[in-house]
Amino acid sequence: MRPPSPSIPEKEFLFSALKESQRIDGRLLLEMRAPSLTFGPDLGWVECALGKTRVLAQIDAKMVKPLPERPFEGILTIHSEISPMASSDYEPGRPSDEEVTITRMLDKVLKRSDALDKESLCILAGQRVWHIRLTLHFLADAGNLLDCACLAGMVALKHFRRPDVEVIGDEVTVHRPTERAPVPLAIHHTPFCFTFAFFPDIATQPVLDPSQLEQRLSAGFVSIALNAQKEICVLQKLGGVPLGTDDILRLVEVAVAKAKETHEFVEARLREDWLGRKVEVR
Amino acid sequence: MSTVFPGDHIHAQHVNLKLGPGLLQTSSVNSQNASSSVIATRAGALNHSANNSKWWIESNSRRYVPATQELVIGSIIQKVGEGFRVDIGAAHPASLDSLAFEGATKRNKPNLKVGCLVYARVSLAHKDMEPELECFDAQTRKSEGFGELRGGFVVRCSLKMCRDLLDPKHFLLPLLGGRFPLEAAVGVNGRVWVSAKEFKQTIAIARCIEAADPDGGGLDAGEIKIFLNTLDV
Repeated sequence: MRPPSPSIPEKEFLFSALKESQRIDGRLLLEMRAPSLTFGPDLGWVECALGKTRVLAQIDAKMVKPLPERPFEGILTIHSEISPMASSDYEPGRPSDEEVTITRMLDKVLKRSDALDKESLCILAGQRVWHIRLTLHFLADAGNLLDCACLAGMVALKHFRRPDVEVIGDEVTVHRPTERAPVPLAIHHTPFCFTFAFFPDIATQPVLDPSQLEQRLSAGFVSIALNAQKEICVLQKLGGVPLGTDDILRLVEVAVAKAKETHEFVEARLREDWLGRKVEVR
Repeated sequence: MSTVFPGDHIHAQHVNLKLGPGLLQTSSVNSQNASSSVIATRAGALNHSANNSKWWIESNSRRYVPATQELVIGSIIQKVGEGFRVDIGAAHPASLDSLAFEGATKRNKPNLKVGCLVYARVSLAHKDMEPELECFDAQTRKSEGFGELRGGFVVRCSLKMCRDLLDPKHFLLPLLGGRFPLEAAVGVNGRVWVSAKEFKQTIAIARCIEAADPDGGGLDAGEIKIFLNTLDV
């Protein structure tokens, strides 16, 4: 069953409140919900929450034979299936349009942006490479699952550490975490995704990080994925809202500022978590 | 008061036993032990009245399961022949007959569009059938406050929160009503319709309900007062 569209009073209230630059949750138009990151006992287990939207990212690595056309590169696969656990709007099995959009966008932001150095995952050319598998569990949907999933996935990649391996000739030795410290993945840059929602009335300004109701009532989205070094990886526009160059540039400027903030926050949280994990070896 | 899990046997005995939400009487005829024929169907705190005649389970959840005589807020999703299909947040849409309104006749029917909000009572809730709603008191045929809700906004909250809001002793609505005039209709299906004069007042109500929700912030009366002072209403 498709979720019923929001009722007329809800729609009218949201649009007229937005015209006066007021959002239902009391945020400013270009204000994000503060993200919160929770790290699990294992490395590469991260739960990211944006308000009541929650996504759990988990990473595991195993050794496989590389693809014949790319013998020097490791493999990164992303599993993102939205189950009815997130919200009763999602059905098991058949992927909804939203799920397809999120999956494609995650692929672009985390994989095709070359955030992860795939050549560093090579162990023995043509024989053995690391296969990194990122699994995203969508726990609760209160709007803007995409940004939350991108953040969770990126932080999980930065948080994960794989076992150290030693290659002598053709022989590969995998060291236990107790023997040698696991090594972090080689990450080129950390892109974050920011979604803006546009409304049918052109006079209404766009909002950043739309809530579930705003997302349902919006006429279009612009998602910008970029890193703190102001390098744009993906710019995606959905829906038929006409936008000028100036509008886009203004959104990019907002996203740049947010990316810097998010980058600092993520680095600080990762450092904090790492210090908490320090074990003294005598 | 004790905590029970689904499937637990409840030793409820009374000559005039009344079972509330979360309890089920199993109709096993050959059961020798009559006291064990009541089982819990959900997890929560088991309560009973002072004379042991009424038993029920209190718990919190987000998904609404219809039960007769409960007040709900629904939105019209479809017009069907002589009535409407209404989304009340349950697993199935409910049906609302267009004659189940005050003063409605074959000629004079309410004119509700798809997307309108209605405040109604569940008149039929059977596990094998679609739930049915009515917008009047079946005895007096008066509206009693039911019917279409115009304007305002709908706040979604947990089922525990909206049951709490129906309690006249709960602090939240009197506290907000002391600050500014407001209208509210509470449905036990996790939807609360609120209306105030200004946008920021309606937004303040929505945020306070969310903050007081045991599923969200879970703030108490004192904390809500402090929170309300930061909202500038």
